[in-house]
Amino acid sequence: MLSKIDKKKWYSIKLFLYVLPFLVLVLLFSYYPLYGWLYAFYDYRPPRPFSEAEFVGLKWFKSLVENPVKISQLLQVLKNTFVMSGITLGTSWLPMLFAVFLNEIRCIPFRKFVQTVTTLPNFISWVLVYSLAFSLFNSTGMVNTLLLNLGVIKEPVLFLQSSEHVWLTQWLWLTWKNLGWAAIMYIAAISSIDDELFQAAKVDGATRMQMIRYITIPSLLPTFFVLLMMNIGNFLSNGMEQYYVFQNAFNKDYIQVLDLYVYNLAMGSGSYSVSVALSMLKSVVSVILLIGANAVSKMTRGESFL
Amino acid sequence: MSREIALKKRRHESFGDQMVSIVCYIVFGICAVLCLYPFYYMFINTISANDLSSRGVILFWPQGVHLKNYSSALGIDGLFQAAKISLMRTILGTFGTVSASAFLGFMFSQDKMWHRKVWYRLVIATMYFNAGIIPWFLVMKNMHLTNNFWGYILPMVVSPFHIVLTKTFVESIPKELQEAAEIDGAGILTIFFKVMIPVIKPIMATVAIFAAVNQWNAFQDTLLLVTDTKLYPLQFVLYQYLNQASSLSALANTSSSSSLAAAAATTQTATSIRMTITIIVVLPIMCVYPFFQKYFVKGIMVGAVKG
Repeated sequence: MLSKIDKKKWYSIKLFLYVLPFLVLVLLFSYYPLYGWLYAFYDYRPPRPFSEAEFVGLKWFKSLVENPVKISQLLQVLKNTFVMSGITLGTSWLPMLFAVFLNEIRCIPFRKFVQTVTTLPNFISWVLVYSLAFSLFNSTGMVNTLLLNLGVIKEPVLFLQSSEHVWLTQWLWLTWKNLGWAAIMYIAAISSIDDELFQAAKVDGATRMQMIRYITIPSLLPTFFVLLMMNIGNFLSNGMEQYYVFQNAFNKDYIQVLDLYVYNLAMGSGSYSVSVALSMLKSVVSVILLIGANAVSKMTRGESFL
Repeated sequence: MSREIALKKRRHESFGDQMVSIVCYIVFGICAVLCLYPFYYMFINTISANDLSSRGVILFWPQGVHLKNYSSALGIDGLFQAAKISLMRTILGTFGTVSASAFLGFMFSQDKMWHRKVWYRLVIATMYFNAGIIPWFLVMKNMHLTNNFWGYILPMVVSPFHIVLTKTFVESIPKELQEAAEIDGAGILTIFFKVMIPVIKPIMATVAIFAAVNQWNAFQDTLLLVTDTKLYPLQFVLYQYLNQASSLSALANTSSSSSLAAAAATTQTATSIRMTITIIVVLPIMCVYPFFQKYFVKGIMVGAVKG
């Protein structure tokens, strides 16, 4: 009997040992970096080893707001982050609308074609998006050529090297890349709506818009809500790749979001510790936002998404 | 009389419905063009005469068609090496991610594992937090994974999202399958390789597509970890060309300088190099994507059901 229990125990440990190497990888690449948060409390200068660094307490956190120049820079970065995330959040109903009206197209080959073509941009990298943008909008690009030929402008306009409308254009590129893909979730949700609802509505003489208004959209709202909450959790994390590839000397003030600022602080000016301090604050706020959004979701819909 | 009213009403409704339908066709037609035209524009420019393309006059159809840009692409500085790196990391990285996801997805569905839930949560939690890029970079540096090809592969091997996908799939398979194999005396590894893998192939294909696209598109890890030009993938080389072009064009007076550069129809120009590399980088995705779209969609659906 005892040996049977031992055998069972040994089997369960054996299973664990098989996954152990992978757990080590997770610990190394995802948990060990958390230890790097310590850099925020030390005076770490890269060529020297970390063990020789001096403990400085909250110096770097204070240095983020120590003089008016830094404060205004940080405020500008926060403003960029808030505005761009805000626009994204405010237009997060667009994919739903896209899916709803795409579903109204009766010609199946055309619908399939639109769906395939509009999801494609999601699968190319930001570098490629920038390359397309650059080719279309540089001084000899398609847009300038067209506008010059039409006589709308006399001189080529440098769209990408401009400090105007940066937030809007960045949002447009993000939407161009993501809209079709984000709609896929809703398209699948629509196809799972009971068809009898539509049939019954049709018998009652409902128009298409009425069916959208009273059947389709209400059944998509739960999906919409979950995605919205997740977006709130990601409010501070716009990622840096998009803004990094589009940034240049002219639009830098308006394009620098928190993630990019953290990168530029460390890699551009070598202030590793300040950068870690900032990204640490960001992570903490993000987790709080995520948990908060989850709590809201639990309260209002009795469901958590974590 | 009443029949007439009903008829009128119906016609009226169908008019409204028709309007909805027409507007939909127009709007989605525009969307499709907006998504497709940039690629088409790049492509016709790469096969057109280079003196025309650098002046930006090729808008809707190619002129002076030639394929010299593609045949001389191999001669572009560092492009062949970059293509090799991109291919290697895509193949090795995809292999790593797919095998690890399949194995872990299967193992984490084994109730008998010692403290299974703890380990599973440990892995899944990494989807929701992030130490930040700088601590990550410093850790990678400590482990000598900067300027190291394996720095592209190892951090991507365990990917929680893909593990969730596979585990969900494995759990949808009847338990009897594994029990039957156990009765026959098969060990856990035999069950995984001989019984499970043939059954979970569809989800492995989905994971493979996701992982391959991720690896092919990866840019940020090169930016952070690599300074050795021999390890630059295509994405990064393209970015460098773009960066140069962007700073050149910001110097203004571009129309004259670019027409100077474009001496002959087949001489490579900054524009032609930039566009040719772009098409070379986009092409694999363009070719693969339409055929595998259903796998992508399946992937996102399974992931959405259980996050």
